[in-house]
Amino acid sequence: MADAAIPRSRAYAREERRRRLGPLSVLTHVTLLVWTALVAIPIVWTFLASIKSEDEIFGDAWSLPASLRLDNWARAWEQAHIGQYMINSLVVVAFGTFGTMLFGSMAAYVLARYPFRGNRAVYLLFVSGLAFPVYLALSPLFFVVQNMGAIPVIGQFIGLNTHGGLVLVYIAYSLPFTVFFLAAFFRTLPGAVAEAAFVDGASHARVFFQIMLPMAKPGIVSVTIFNVLGQWNQYQLPLVLLTSDRQKWVLTQGIAEISTAAGYDADWSALFAALSMAILPMLVVYTIFQSQIQKGLTAGALK
Amino acid sequence: MNHGRTRFVTGFLAIPVALYLIYVISPYAQAFYIALTDWRGVSATPRFVGLENFRRLLDDDVFWRAVGHNLLLLVLMPLLTVAVALFFAFLLNAGGRGGTGGIWGSKFYRVVFFFPQVLAVAVVAVLFQQIFRPDRSGMLNAPLMALGFEPVGFLSDTDVALWAILGVLVWQAVGFYVVLFSAGIASIPRDMFEAAAIDGAGGVQLFFRITLPLLWDTIQVGWVYLGIAALDVFAVVWVMTAEHGGPDHSTTVMAAEVYRTAFQYFKFGYASAMGVVLFFFTIGFAALALRLSRRERIEF
Repeated sequence: MADAAIPRSRAYAREERRRRLGPLSVLTHVTLLVWTALVAIPIVWTFLASIKSEDEIFGDAWSLPASLRLDNWARAWEQAHIGQYMINSLVVVAFGTFGTMLFGSMAAYVLARYPFRGNRAVYLLFVSGLAFPVYLALSPLFFVVQNMGAIPVIGQFIGLNTHGGLVLVYIAYSLPFTVFFLAAFFRTLPGAVAEAAFVDGASHARVFFQIMLPMAKPGIVSVTIFNVLGQWNQYQLPLVLLTSDRQKWVLTQGIAEISTAAGYDADWSALFAALSMAILPMLVVYTIFQSQIQKGLTAGALK
Repeated sequence: MNHGRTRFVTGFLAIPVALYLIYVISPYAQAFYIALTDWRGVSATPRFVGLENFRRLLDDDVFWRAVGHNLLLLVLMPLLTVAVALFFAFLLNAGGRGGTGGIWGSKFYRVVFFFPQVLAVAVVAVLFQQIFRPDRSGMLNAPLMALGFEPVGFLSDTDVALWAILGVLVWQAVGFYVVLFSAGIASIPRDMFEAAAIDGAGGVQLFFRITLPLLWDTIQVGWVYLGIAALDVFAVVWVMTAEHGGPDHSTTVMAAEVYRTAFQYFKFGYASAMGVVLFFFTIGFAALALRLSRRERIEF
């Protein structure tokens, strides 16, 4: 009776929701929850194992830890050097992404908005890099970086086993996608504001940094996210370029090493703690920026 | 406005182009030449051997097993990932109820499903190495053993290991394509679903007659991405499996053989020849995929 009197009320909404949650809908949610569990359980299991004792880890996988063994985390951070590797990753990715965005957006801007002889050729040269498998370049790249190390004065900062060398390689290999995406973006920006600035006597560089770059912010944010994730998760390039000096290793190398080099005397609890440490920051950052990250990555795939 | 234009263009392009030429273009160009030499990284001038490396590759059983594994992944990884992701994307958006917007909680599901995508592949590999442990300390074997079954050697049984790797690859990839396809479905005008639903179309029909055809462009992009990823598989195999592609070469892939040959055996010439083969596989696949799936773009 009350329902009839207020047809668009909360009761109506509840009815509507129940209608939608019919038998088919229940099945839909069960299916979706199964995949949710498939994603979540391995991660929760890792966190639980990271506070288990060695005996518990070798016991039943589905048992709960009896007590909080937080010393596993301390051992992973200190003795397995996960703290050091994480700082290394942060440094390399910070400089790598900054350099990629600076040089990538400069190249993309010029290629998108300044017609000159050879413009198309340079653009295609950059974009062709999107299609090459990195494995083809690995051996020569190793020697290229080795040779850079022989350059007087700056060589010691950009050769093999240096973070500088890895940063330059990250920048170079991130350029194809960055230039491709940002050039498309700069092309769509209106030219009127820039022209007004030119009339007022602004230089080309000033127009780029103070007008065009801020206008391209949505595109810049997407590509930055893409590059941060790509460089943070990189394993292959550090494996080739940061071989001998363990102090310089990045996080992915450190994690892989604990598990591959692990013999019978491996510290399994510390391995789980290290895994948790690698997962946790990504989980936090992703949860905060998830809509931005999803948009950024799907935009990258669709452009 | 033309004041200093040339100087500006040159100045802005100089560093990016230099970096790109030194670190990307020159190694690729060198790789094609090194593939024709027997270079082992020590001599200053590598000896030119022509196509000798490629002739030897023809007799290299391990390499062809790697190619076979890549081809298997190339077919199955995109197929499974796209199928599962499409299914979830359809459930999330159309809900089998005539496309009346996203279902309840769809945002939550999308956030969770996407998560494996932001984890480093090397981290995922180590994680699953632990999940697959062949005793009751492994997450998957614990319930099997509790029920009285023999434990499965997910990574130690030569018949199972490659499937375990396929599972990990799909596990990590699905979320991204759910989000990608969801974005595609969300951009299909809602009245198309409603009109079809009024005409009596059921969930299955809605999917095959409306969602799938209108999403074809997006699926095609996803297919090419996944195919290239399947040809590039490295970290999951290298980190997760015994002997980096074992046991007994049952999981090895082209990228792992390239890396092993170059940086463990120091046969840079031979490794580059493998790389060249991998290169043509990738280019060939991308060209073929774009060619086969080319069709009229539907505007709406």
